[in-house]
Amino acid sequence: MTSATIEISDLGHGFGPLEVIGELGLVVEAGEVVGLVGPSGCGKSTLLELTCGLQEPRRGRVRVAGGAAAEERLASCAFMPQRDLLLPWLAAIDNASLAPRNRGASRREARAEARPLFERFGLADFAAARPNELSGGMRQRVAFLRTLLAGKPVLLLDEPFAALDAITRAEMQEWLAGALRTEARTCVLVTHDVEEALYLCDRVVVLSARPAGAVAELSPESPRAADRDATVTDAEFATQRERALEALHEGSR
Amino acid sequence: MRRVLLPALVVLALLGAWELLARTGWLAGLLDINEAASDLLVPAPTQVAEALWNDRDLLVDNGWVTLKELLAGVALSLALGAAFAVAMHLSETLRRAFYPLLVASQTIPIVAIAPVLVIWLGFGIGPTLAVIVLICFFPVTVSTLDGLRSVDQAAIRMMRTLDAGRAAILRRLELPAALPRFFSGAKVAVAVAAIGAVFGEYVSANEGLGVVIKQAQAQLLTARVFAAVVVLSAFALGLFGLLSLLERRFAWWGSAGP
Repeated sequence: MTSATIEISDLGHGFGPLEVIGELGLVVEAGEVVGLVGPSGCGKSTLLELTCGLQEPRRGRVRVAGGAAAEERLASCAFMPQRDLLLPWLAAIDNASLAPRNRGASRREARAEARPLFERFGLADFAAARPNELSGGMRQRVAFLRTLLAGKPVLLLDEPFAALDAITRAEMQEWLAGALRTEARTCVLVTHDVEEALYLCDRVVVLSARPAGAVAELSPESPRAADRDATVTDAEFATQRERALEALHEGSR
Repeated sequence: MRRVLLPALVVLALLGAWELLARTGWLAGLLDINEAASDLLVPAPTQVAEALWNDRDLLVDNGWVTLKELLAGVALSLALGAAFAVAMHLSETLRRAFYPLLVASQTIPIVAIAPVLVIWLGFGIGPTLAVIVLICFFPVTVSTLDGLRSVDQAAIRMMRTLDAGRAAILRRLELPAALPRFFSGAKVAVAVAAIGAVFGEYVSANEGLGVVIKQAQAQLLTARVFAAVVVLSAFALGLFGLLSLLERRFAWWGSAGP
Protein backbone atom coordinates (compact mmCIF):
# COMPACT_ATOMS: atom_id res chain seq x y z
CA MET A 1 0.00 0.00 0.00
CA THR A 2 2.82 2.44 0.76
CA SER A 3 5.19 1.69 -2.07
CA ALA A 4 4.17 4.45 -4.44
CA THR A 5 6.23 7.55 -5.04
CA ILE A 6 5.22 10.74 -6.80
CA GLU A 7 7.75 12.36 -9.13
CA ILE A 8 6.95 15.75 -10.58
CA SER A 9 9.57 17.43 -12.76
CA ASP A 10 9.65 20.74 -14.68
CA LEU A 11 5.90 20.97 -14.39
CA GLY A 12 4.15 23.89 -16.03
CA HIS A 13 0.42 24.44 -16.44
CA GLY A 14 -2.11 27.15 -17.12
CA PHE A 15 -5.57 27.99 -18.39
CA GLY A 16 -5.68 30.05 -21.57
CA PRO A 17 -3.19 32.88 -21.20
CA LEU A 18 -3.04 32.40 -17.41
CA GLU A 19 0.09 30.62 -16.15
CA VAL A 20 -0.90 28.82 -12.96
CA ILE A 21 2.11 26.61 -12.29
CA GLY A 22 5.60 27.42 -13.51
CA GLU A 23 8.61 25.10 -13.35
CA LEU A 24 7.65 23.00 -10.37
CA GLY A 25 9.62 19.97 -9.23
CA LEU A 26 8.57 17.77 -6.34
CA VAL A 27 9.33 14.25 -5.23
CA VAL A 28 7.20 12.55 -2.61
CA GLU A 29 8.73 9.38 -1.22
CA ALA A 30 6.68 6.27 -0.59
CA GLY A 31 4.82 6.57 2.70
CA GLU A 32 5.69 10.23 3.09
CA VAL A 33 3.11 12.88 3.98
CA VAL A 34 3.87 16.15 2.20
CA GLY A 35 2.01 19.40 2.79
CA LEU A 36 1.59 22.06 0.12
CA VAL A 37 0.94 25.53 1.48
CA GLY A 38 0.44 28.57 -0.67
CA PRO A 39 -1.64 31.69 -1.20
CA SER A 40 -5.19 31.32 -2.57
CA GLY A 41 -5.42 30.74 -6.28
CA CYS A 42 -1.80 29.65 -6.63
CA GLY A 43 -2.77 26.40 -8.31
CA LYS A 44 -2.60 24.00 -5.38
CA SER A 45 -5.81 22.22 -6.32
CA THR A 46 -4.76 22.16 -9.97
CA LEU A 47 -1.52 20.48 -8.92
CA LEU A 48 -3.49 17.69 -7.24
CA GLU A 49 -5.72 17.21 -10.31
CA LEU A 50 -2.61 17.06 -12.49
CA THR A 51 -1.08 14.50 -10.17
CA CYS A 52 -4.05 12.14 -10.16
CA GLY A 53 -4.57 12.32 -13.90
CA LEU A 54 -7.78 14.35 -14.00
CA GLN A 55 -5.84 16.92 -16.03
CA GLU A 56 -2.81 16.72 -18.31
CA PRO A 57 0.03 19.21 -17.74
CA ARG A 58 1.14 21.57 -20.52
CA ARG A 59 4.80 21.00 -19.79
CA GLY A 60 6.89 18.63 -17.74
CA ARG A 61 6.23 15.20 -16.32
CA VAL A 62 4.21 13.63 -13.56
CA ARG A 63 4.79 10.03 -12.54
CA VAL A 64 2.89 8.20 -9.84
CA ALA A 65 4.12 4.75 -8.82
CA GLY A 66 6.16 4.77 -12.00
CA GLY A 67 3.18 5.40 -14.28
CA ALA A 68 3.07 8.54 -16.42
CA ALA A 69 -0.15 8.01 -18.39
CA ALA A 70 -3.31 9.65 -17.02
CA GLU A 71 -5.06 6.29 -16.51
CA GLU A 72 -2.06 4.91 -14.62
CA ARG A 73 -2.01 7.94 -12.33
CA LEU A 74 -5.78 7.75 -11.84
CA ALA A 75 -5.38 4.09 -10.90
CA SER A 76 -2.83 4.93 -8.19
CA CYS A 77 -4.39 8.04 -6.63
CA ALA A 78 -7.38 8.62 -4.39
CA PHE A 79 -8.55 12.20 -4.32
CA MET A 80 -10.43 13.93 -1.51
CA PRO A 81 -11.96 17.12 -2.87
CA GLN A 82 -12.40 20.38 -1.00
CA ARG A 83 -16.13 19.94 -0.56
CA ASP A 84 -17.16 16.56 0.83
CA LEU A 85 -19.47 15.94 -2.18
CA LEU A 86 -21.35 13.23 -0.29
CA LEU A 87 -24.32 12.05 -2.32
CA PRO A 88 -27.43 13.06 -0.36
CA TRP A 89 -29.42 9.99 -1.45
CA LEU A 90 -26.93 7.48 -0.03
CA ALA A 91 -26.36 6.52 3.60
CA ALA A 92 -22.93 7.35 5.02
CA ILE A 93 -21.64 3.80 4.61
CA ASP A 94 -22.86 3.64 1.00
CA ASN A 95 -21.16 6.96 0.26
CA ALA A 96 -17.93 5.65 1.73
CA SER A 97 -18.09 2.42 -0.24
CA LEU A 98 -18.70 4.02 -3.65
CA ALA A 99 -15.34 2.86 -5.01
CA PRO A 100 -15.90 -0.87 -4.32
CA ARG A 101 -19.40 -0.49 -5.80
CA ASN A 102 -17.99 1.17 -8.91
CA ARG A 103 -15.57 -1.73 -9.25
CA GLY A 104 -18.52 -4.12 -9.38
CA ALA A 105 -19.01 -5.22 -5.77
CA SER A 106 -22.57 -5.80 -4.59
CA ARG A 107 -23.96 -3.41 -1.99
CA ARG A 108 -23.57 -6.08 0.69
CA GLU A 109 -19.94 -6.78 -0.25
CA ALA A 110 -19.11 -3.08 -0.42
CA ARG A 111 -20.65 -2.45 2.99
CA ALA A 112 -18.78 -5.39 4.45
CA GLU A 113 -15.59 -3.81 3.19
CA ALA A 114 -16.46 -0.42 4.70
CA ARG A 115 -17.80 -1.57 8.08
CA PRO A 116 -14.44 -2.37 9.76
CA LEU A 117 -13.18 1.12 8.87
CA PHE A 118 -16.36 2.70 10.28
CA GLU A 119 -15.78 0.81 13.50
CA ARG A 120 -12.08 1.56 13.71
CA PHE A 121 -12.65 5.29 13.15
CA GLY A 122 -15.58 5.68 15.53
CA LEU A 123 -18.27 6.06 12.89
CA ALA A 124 -20.13 2.78 13.44
CA ASP A 125 -23.18 4.54 14.91
CA PHE A 126 -23.44 6.82 11.90
CA ALA A 127 -23.16 4.21 9.16
CA ALA A 128 -26.85 4.35 8.30
CA ALA A 129 -27.19 8.13 8.64
CA ARG A 130 -27.88 10.32 5.63
CA PRO A 131 -25.31 13.04 4.89
CA ASN A 132 -27.82 15.77 5.81
CA GLU A 133 -28.04 14.28 9.30
CA LEU A 134 -24.28 14.55 9.84
CA SER A 135 -22.25 17.49 11.19
CA GLY A 136 -19.53 19.07 9.06
CA GLY A 137 -16.78 17.16 10.84
CA MET A 138 -18.62 13.86 10.48
CA ARG A 139 -19.18 14.46 6.79
CA GLN A 140 -15.45 15.01 6.30
CA ARG A 141 -14.69 11.79 8.15
CA VAL A 142 -17.03 9.88 5.83
CA ALA A 143 -15.43 11.60 2.83
CA PHE A 144 -11.99 10.55 4.10
CA LEU A 145 -13.11 6.93 4.53
CA ARG A 146 -14.52 7.06 1.00
CA THR A 147 -11.05 8.14 -0.15
CA LEU A 148 -9.38 5.35 1.85
CA LEU A 149 -11.78 2.75 0.47
CA ALA A 150 -10.73 3.67 -3.04
CA GLY A 151 -7.84 1.37 -2.06
CA LYS A 152 -5.14 3.44 -3.76
CA PRO A 153 -1.54 3.76 -2.54
CA VAL A 154 -1.57 7.56 -2.86
CA LEU A 155 -3.93 9.95 -1.06
CA LEU A 156 -4.40 13.48 -2.36
CA LEU A 157 -6.24 15.70 0.11
CA ASP A 158 -7.43 19.09 -1.13
CA GLU A 159 -8.05 21.42 1.83
CA PRO A 160 -10.18 18.79 3.53
CA PHE A 161 -11.00 20.90 6.60
CA ALA A 162 -11.22 24.37 5.06
CA ALA A 163 -14.96 24.63 5.60
CA LEU A 164 -14.91 23.65 9.28
CA ASP A 165 -14.85 25.88 12.35
CA ALA A 166 -11.58 26.18 14.30
CA ILE A 167 -12.44 23.72 17.08
CA THR A 168 -13.76 21.06 14.74
CA ARG A 169 -10.77 21.57 12.48
CA ALA A 170 -8.34 20.94 15.36
CA GLU A 171 -10.29 17.78 16.28
CA MET A 172 -10.24 16.62 12.70
CA GLN A 173 -6.50 17.20 12.38
CA GLU A 174 -5.93 15.02 15.42
CA TRP A 175 -8.29 12.42 13.97
CA LEU A 176 -6.55 12.47 10.58
CA ALA A 177 -3.15 12.18 12.28
CA GLY A 178 -4.38 9.03 13.99
CA ALA A 179 -5.90 7.71 10.78
CA LEU A 180 -2.64 8.24 8.87
CA ARG A 181 -0.71 6.48 11.65
CA THR A 182 -2.81 3.34 11.22
CA GLU A 183 -3.40 3.61 7.45
CA ALA A 184 0.03 4.69 6.24
CA ARG A 185 -0.07 5.94 2.66
CA THR A 186 1.85 8.28 0.43
CA CYS A 187 -0.07 11.47 0.97
CA VAL A 188 -0.16 15.02 -0.37
CA LEU A 189 -2.13 17.50 1.70
CA VAL A 190 -3.02 20.85 0.21
CA THR A 191 -3.99 23.52 2.73
CA HIS A 192 -3.77 27.25 3.34
CA ASP A 193 -3.40 26.57 7.07
CA VAL A 194 0.32 26.55 7.95
CA GLU A 195 -0.30 25.05 11.39
CA GLU A 196 -2.33 22.21 9.92
CA ALA A 197 0.44 21.39 7.45
CA LEU A 198 3.19 21.52 10.08
CA TYR A 199 1.25 19.30 12.46
CA LEU A 200 0.23 16.65 9.93
CA CYS A 201 3.14 16.44 7.48
CA ASP A 202 6.65 15.02 7.35
CA ARG A 203 7.60 17.83 4.99
CA VAL A 204 5.93 21.12 4.12
CA VAL A 205 6.52 22.85 0.80
CA VAL A 206 5.63 26.53 0.58
CA LEU A 207 4.46 27.64 -2.85
CA SER A 208 4.64 31.14 -4.31
CA ALA A 209 1.75 33.04 -5.90
CA ARG A 210 0.90 32.36 -9.57
CA PRO A 211 2.76 30.97 -11.43
CA ALA A 212 3.39 28.65 -8.50
CA GLY A 213 6.86 27.37 -7.65
CA ALA A 214 8.41 26.05 -4.43
CA VAL A 215 9.92 28.84 -2.32
CA ALA A 216 10.68 27.05 0.95
CA GLU A 217 10.69 23.62 2.53
CA LEU A 218 10.28 22.74 6.18
CA SER A 219 10.57 19.50 8.10
CA PRO A 220 8.51 19.46 11.29
CA GLU A 221 10.07 17.64 14.24
CA SER A 222 7.28 15.38 15.37
CA PRO A 223 4.64 15.03 12.69
CA ARG A 224 1.23 13.56 13.65
CA ALA A 225 2.04 13.44 17.37
CA ALA A 226 -0.77 12.04 19.48
CA ASP A 227 -1.07 15.24 21.52
CA ARG A 228 -1.82 18.03 19.06
CA ASP A 229 -2.09 20.78 21.68
CA ALA A 230 1.35 20.02 23.08
CA THR A 231 2.85 19.93 19.60
CA VAL A 232 1.47 23.19 18.29
CA THR A 233 2.36 25.11 21.45
CA ASP A 234 5.95 23.84 21.34
CA ALA A 235 8.66 26.51 20.85
CA GLU A 236 10.27 24.72 17.90
CA PHE A 237 6.86 24.42 16.24
CA ALA A 238 6.36 28.17 16.67
CA THR A 239 9.71 28.88 15.00
CA GLN A 240 8.81 26.65 12.06
CA ARG A 241 5.45 28.35 11.78
CA GLU A 242 7.12 31.77 11.70
CA ARG A 243 9.49 30.63 8.97
CA ALA A 244 6.65 29.18 6.92
CA LEU A 245 4.55 32.32 7.26
CA GLU A 246 7.53 34.44 6.28
CA ALA A 247 8.14 32.34 3.18
CA LEU A 248 4.44 32.48 2.37
CA HIS A 249 4.50 36.24 2.72
CA GLU A 250 7.62 36.58 0.56
CA GLY A 251 6.22 34.21 -2.04
CA SER A 252 2.88 35.94 -2.39
CA ARG A 253 4.45 39.27 -3.38
CA MET B 1 -53.76 23.27 7.77
CA ARG B 2 -52.95 26.56 6.08
CA ARG B 3 -51.90 24.65 2.96
CA VAL B 4 -55.42 23.31 2.56
CA LEU B 5 -57.35 26.21 4.02
CA LEU B 6 -55.96 28.95 1.78
CA PRO B 7 -56.66 27.38 -1.62
CA ALA B 8 -60.02 26.15 -0.31
CA LEU B 9 -60.99 29.68 0.72
CA VAL B 10 -59.97 31.08 -2.67
CA VAL B 11 -61.99 28.44 -4.50
CA LEU B 12 -65.01 28.99 -2.24
CA ALA B 13 -64.83 32.77 -2.70
CA LEU B 14 -64.62 32.41 -6.49
CA LEU B 15 -67.51 29.92 -6.54
CA GLY B 16 -69.58 32.23 -4.34
CA ALA B 17 -68.96 35.22 -6.58
CA TRP B 18 -69.70 33.18 -9.69
CA GLU B 19 -72.94 31.84 -8.16
CA LEU B 20 -74.05 35.35 -7.24
CA LEU B 21 -73.24 36.81 -10.65
CA ALA B 22 -74.88 33.94 -12.51
CA ARG B 23 -78.03 33.92 -10.36
CA THR B 24 -78.59 37.68 -10.58
CA GLY B 25 -78.18 37.56 -14.35
CA TRP B 26 -75.40 40.11 -14.09
CA LEU B 27 -72.88 37.86 -15.82
CA ALA B 28 -75.29 37.17 -18.70
CA GLY B 29 -75.89 40.92 -18.98
CA LEU B 30 -72.20 41.58 -19.06
CA LEU B 31 -71.70 38.98 -21.80
CA ASP B 32 -74.75 40.37 -23.63
CA ILE B 33 -76.65 37.09 -23.45
CA ASN B 34 -80.41 36.90 -23.55
CA GLU B 35 -81.74 36.36 -20.05
CA ALA B 36 -83.75 33.33 -21.15
CA ALA B 37 -80.61 31.66 -22.48
CA SER B 38 -78.53 32.65 -19.50
CA ASP B 39 -79.28 29.43 -17.62
CA LEU B 40 -77.99 27.45 -20.59
CA LEU B 41 -74.88 29.45 -21.29
CA VAL B 42 -73.79 30.67 -17.88
CA PRO B 43 -74.57 27.91 -15.38
CA ALA B 44 -74.13 28.70 -11.72
CA PRO B 45 -71.86 26.42 -9.65
CA THR B 46 -74.91 24.89 -8.01
CA GLN B 47 -76.22 23.95 -11.45
CA VAL B 48 -72.87 22.39 -12.29
CA ALA B 49 -73.04 20.47 -9.02
CA GLU B 50 -76.53 19.33 -9.97
CA ALA B 51 -75.23 18.16 -13.33
CA LEU B 52 -72.40 16.32 -11.59
CA TRP B 53 -74.97 14.41 -9.56
CA ASN B 54 -77.63 13.87 -12.23
CA ASP B 55 -75.13 12.83 -14.91
CA ARG B 56 -73.05 10.74 -12.54
CA ASP B 57 -73.43 7.49 -14.49
CA LEU B 58 -72.44 9.19 -17.72
CA LEU B 59 -69.51 10.95 -16.07
CA VAL B 60 -68.28 7.84 -14.24
CA ASP B 61 -68.41 5.62 -17.34
CA ASN B 62 -66.72 8.13 -19.63
CA GLY B 63 -64.43 9.42 -16.91
CA TRP B 64 -63.10 5.89 -16.42
CA VAL B 65 -62.26 5.70 -20.13
CA THR B 66 -60.46 9.04 -20.02
CA LEU B 67 -58.65 8.14 -16.81
CA LYS B 68 -57.28 4.97 -18.38
CA GLU B 69 -56.10 6.95 -21.40
CA LEU B 70 -54.55 9.55 -19.13
CA LEU B 71 -52.66 6.98 -17.07
CA ALA B 72 -51.40 5.12 -20.14
CA GLY B 73 -50.50 8.35 -21.94
CA VAL B 74 -48.68 9.82 -18.96
CA ALA B 75 -46.80 6.57 -18.27
CA LEU B 76 -45.75 6.39 -21.92
CA SER B 77 -44.68 10.04 -21.88
CA LEU B 78 -42.60 9.63 -18.73
CA ALA B 79 -40.83 6.55 -20.11
CA LEU B 80 -40.23 8.15 -23.50
CA GLY B 81 -39.23 11.50 -22.03
CA ALA B 82 -36.72 9.95 -19.65
CA ALA B 83 -35.30 7.70 -22.39
CA PHE B 84 -34.91 10.65 -24.78
CA ALA B 85 -33.22 12.69 -22.08
CA VAL B 86 -30.72 9.96 -21.19
CA ALA B 87 -29.94 9.25 -24.85
CA MET B 88 -29.37 12.92 -25.61
CA HIS B 89 -27.28 13.28 -22.48
CA LEU B 90 -25.02 10.40 -23.42
CA SER B 91 -24.54 11.44 -27.03
CA GLU B 92 -23.59 14.96 -28.00
CA THR B 93 -24.41 14.04 -31.61
CA LEU B 94 -27.92 12.88 -30.75
CA ARG B 95 -28.52 16.02 -28.72
CA ARG B 96 -27.42 18.33 -31.50
CA ALA B 97 -29.41 16.37 -34.08
CA PHE B 98 -32.67 15.97 -32.17
CA TYR B 99 -33.02 18.89 -29.78
CA PRO B 100 -34.28 21.34 -32.44
CA LEU B 101 -36.70 18.70 -33.66
CA LEU B 102 -37.93 18.22 -30.10
CA VAL B 103 -38.65 21.92 -29.71
CA ALA B 104 -40.26 22.01 -33.15
CA SER B 105 -42.57 19.17 -32.11
CA GLN B 106 -44.15 21.54 -29.61
CA THR B 107 -45.18 23.97 -32.31
CA ILE B 108 -47.36 21.37 -34.04
CA PRO B 109 -50.94 22.63 -33.73
CA ILE B 110 -52.71 19.67 -32.15
CA VAL B 111 -56.02 20.72 -33.72
CA ALA B 112 -54.47 20.40 -37.16
CA ILE B 113 -52.66 17.14 -36.61
CA ALA B 114 -55.33 15.25 -34.66
CA PRO B 115 -57.44 14.33 -37.74
CA VAL B 116 -54.26 13.20 -39.52
CA LEU B 117 -53.45 11.01 -36.52
CA VAL B 118 -56.86 9.35 -36.92
CA ILE B 119 -55.99 8.51 -40.51
CA TRP B 120 -52.61 7.10 -39.44
CA LEU B 121 -53.58 5.30 -36.28
CA GLY B 122 -57.26 4.58 -36.85
CA PHE B 123 -60.27 5.43 -34.75
CA GLY B 124 -59.89 4.60 -31.08
CA ILE B 125 -57.37 5.03 -28.29
CA GLY B 126 -54.33 5.40 -30.61
CA PRO B 127 -54.73 9.04 -31.63
CA THR B 128 -55.64 10.06 -28.07
CA LEU B 129 -52.48 8.46 -26.68
CA ALA B 130 -50.45 10.05 -29.47
CA VAL B 131 -51.79 13.51 -28.64
CA ILE B 132 -51.12 13.06 -24.90
CA VAL B 133 -47.58 11.85 -25.56
CA LEU B 134 -46.93 14.66 -28.04
CA ILE B 135 -47.84 17.24 -25.42
CA CYS B 136 -46.41 15.51 -22.35
CA PHE B 137 -43.03 14.06 -23.21
CA PHE B 138 -41.54 17.48 -23.90
CA PRO B 139 -41.48 18.94 -20.37
CA VAL B 140 -40.23 15.58 -19.06
CA THR B 141 -37.39 15.40 -21.59
CA VAL B 142 -36.30 19.00 -21.19
CA SER B 143 -36.25 19.06 -17.40
CA THR B 144 -34.64 15.61 -17.06
CA LEU B 145 -31.96 16.55 -19.59
CA ASP B 146 -31.31 19.80 -17.71
CA GLY B 147 -31.01 17.80 -14.50
CA LEU B 148 -28.54 15.36 -16.06
CA ARG B 149 -26.46 18.15 -17.54
CA SER B 150 -26.30 20.28 -14.42
CA VAL B 151 -24.61 17.65 -12.26
CA ASP B 152 -21.65 19.15 -10.38
CA GLN B 153 -18.48 18.59 -12.46
CA ALA B 154 -16.47 18.23 -9.25
CA ALA B 155 -18.69 15.28 -8.29
CA ILE B 156 -18.08 13.67 -11.68
CA ARG B 157 -14.30 14.06 -11.24
CA MET B 158 -14.60 12.59 -7.76
CA MET B 159 -16.47 9.58 -9.16
CA ARG B 160 -13.70 9.09 -11.74
CA THR B 161 -11.10 8.92 -8.97
CA LEU B 162 -13.34 6.31 -7.34
CA ASP B 163 -12.98 4.00 -10.34
CA ALA B 164 -16.34 4.88 -11.86
CA GLY B 165 -16.77 4.29 -15.59
CA ARG B 166 -19.41 6.03 -17.71
CA ALA B 167 -22.17 3.61 -16.70
CA ALA B 168 -21.41 3.90 -12.98
CA ILE B 169 -21.36 7.71 -13.16
CA LEU B 170 -24.73 7.66 -14.90
CA ARG B 171 -26.29 5.16 -12.54
CA ARG B 172 -24.91 6.29 -9.16
CA LEU B 173 -24.55 10.02 -9.70
CA GLU B 174 -26.31 11.54 -12.70
CA LEU B 175 -29.61 9.65 -12.65
CA PRO B 176 -30.30 10.15 -8.93
CA ALA B 177 -29.21 13.79 -9.19
CA ALA B 178 -31.62 14.36 -12.08
CA LEU B 179 -34.55 12.53 -10.45
CA PRO B 180 -36.03 15.64 -8.75
CA ARG B 181 -35.95 17.46 -12.10
CA PHE B 182 -37.64 14.49 -13.77
CA PHE B 183 -40.47 14.82 -11.24
CA SER B 184 -40.79 18.56 -11.91
CA GLY B 185 -41.19 17.81 -15.60
CA ALA B 186 -43.64 15.02 -14.86
CA LYS B 187 -45.81 17.36 -12.76
CA VAL B 188 -46.00 19.85 -15.61
CA ALA B 189 -46.83 16.97 -17.94
CA VAL B 190 -49.80 15.63 -15.94
CA ALA B 191 -51.22 19.13 -15.65
CA VAL B 192 -51.49 19.40 -19.44
CA ALA B 193 -52.20 15.73 -20.14
CA ALA B 194 -55.94 16.21 -19.56
CA ILE B 195 -56.06 18.77 -22.37
CA GLY B 196 -54.39 16.25 -24.67
CA ALA B 197 -56.88 13.57 -23.71
CA VAL B 198 -59.87 15.79 -24.52
CA PHE B 199 -58.36 16.84 -27.85
CA GLY B 200 -57.72 13.25 -28.79
CA GLU B 201 -61.21 12.12 -27.86
CA TYR B 202 -62.74 15.06 -29.70
CA VAL B 203 -61.63 13.69 -33.03
CA SER B 204 -61.18 9.99 -32.63
CA ALA B 205 -63.36 8.49 -29.91
CA ASN B 206 -66.94 7.60 -29.20
CA GLU B 207 -66.52 7.54 -25.45
CA GLY B 208 -64.63 9.55 -22.86
CA LEU B 209 -65.04 12.95 -21.25
CA GLY B 210 -63.96 14.67 -24.48
CA VAL B 211 -66.92 13.06 -26.22
CA VAL B 212 -69.25 14.04 -23.35
CA ILE B 213 -68.06 17.64 -23.68
CA LYS B 214 -68.47 17.66 -27.45
CA GLN B 215 -72.01 16.28 -27.34
CA ALA B 216 -73.09 18.43 -24.40
CA GLN B 217 -71.83 21.52 -26.19
CA ALA B 218 -73.87 20.67 -29.26
CA GLN B 219 -76.98 20.27 -27.10
CA LEU B 220 -76.24 23.48 -25.15
CA LEU B 221 -75.98 21.45 -21.92
CA THR B 222 -73.38 23.87 -20.57
CA ALA B 223 -73.70 22.68 -16.98
CA ARG B 224 -72.73 19.19 -18.15
CA VAL B 225 -69.72 20.59 -20.01
CA PHE B 226 -68.59 22.25 -16.82
CA ALA B 227 -69.25 19.09 -14.82
CA ALA B 228 -67.00 17.11 -17.19
CA VAL B 229 -64.33 19.77 -16.83
CA VAL B 230 -64.59 19.48 -13.04
CA VAL B 231 -63.99 15.72 -13.30
CA LEU B 232 -61.01 16.29 -15.62
CA SER B 233 -59.53 18.81 -13.17
CA ALA B 234 -59.97 16.29 -10.38
CA PHE B 235 -58.01 13.72 -12.42
CA ALA B 236 -55.20 16.20 -13.10
CA LEU B 237 -55.07 17.23 -9.44
CA GLY B 238 -55.09 13.60 -8.34
CA LEU B 239 -52.23 12.67 -10.67
CA PHE B 240 -50.31 15.77 -9.62
CA GLY B 241 -50.78 14.83 -5.97
CA LEU B 242 -49.70 11.25 -6.64
CA LEU B 243 -46.50 12.48 -8.33
CA SER B 244 -45.83 14.85 -5.44
CA LEU B 245 -46.12 11.92 -3.04
CA LEU B 246 -43.77 9.78 -5.15
CA GLU B 247 -41.36 12.69 -5.37
CA ARG B 248 -41.29 13.11 -1.61
CA ARG B 249 -40.72 9.38 -1.22
CA PHE B 250 -38.15 8.79 -3.96
CA ALA B 251 -36.51 12.15 -4.71
CA TRP B 252 -36.65 13.90 -1.35
CA TRP B 253 -33.19 15.45 -1.73
CA GLY B 254 -34.68 18.00 -4.14
CA SER B 255 -32.20 20.03 -6.11
CA ALA B 256 -29.73 19.96 -3.19
CA GLY B 257 -27.27 17.84 -5.18
CA PRO B 258 -23.99 16.53 -3.79
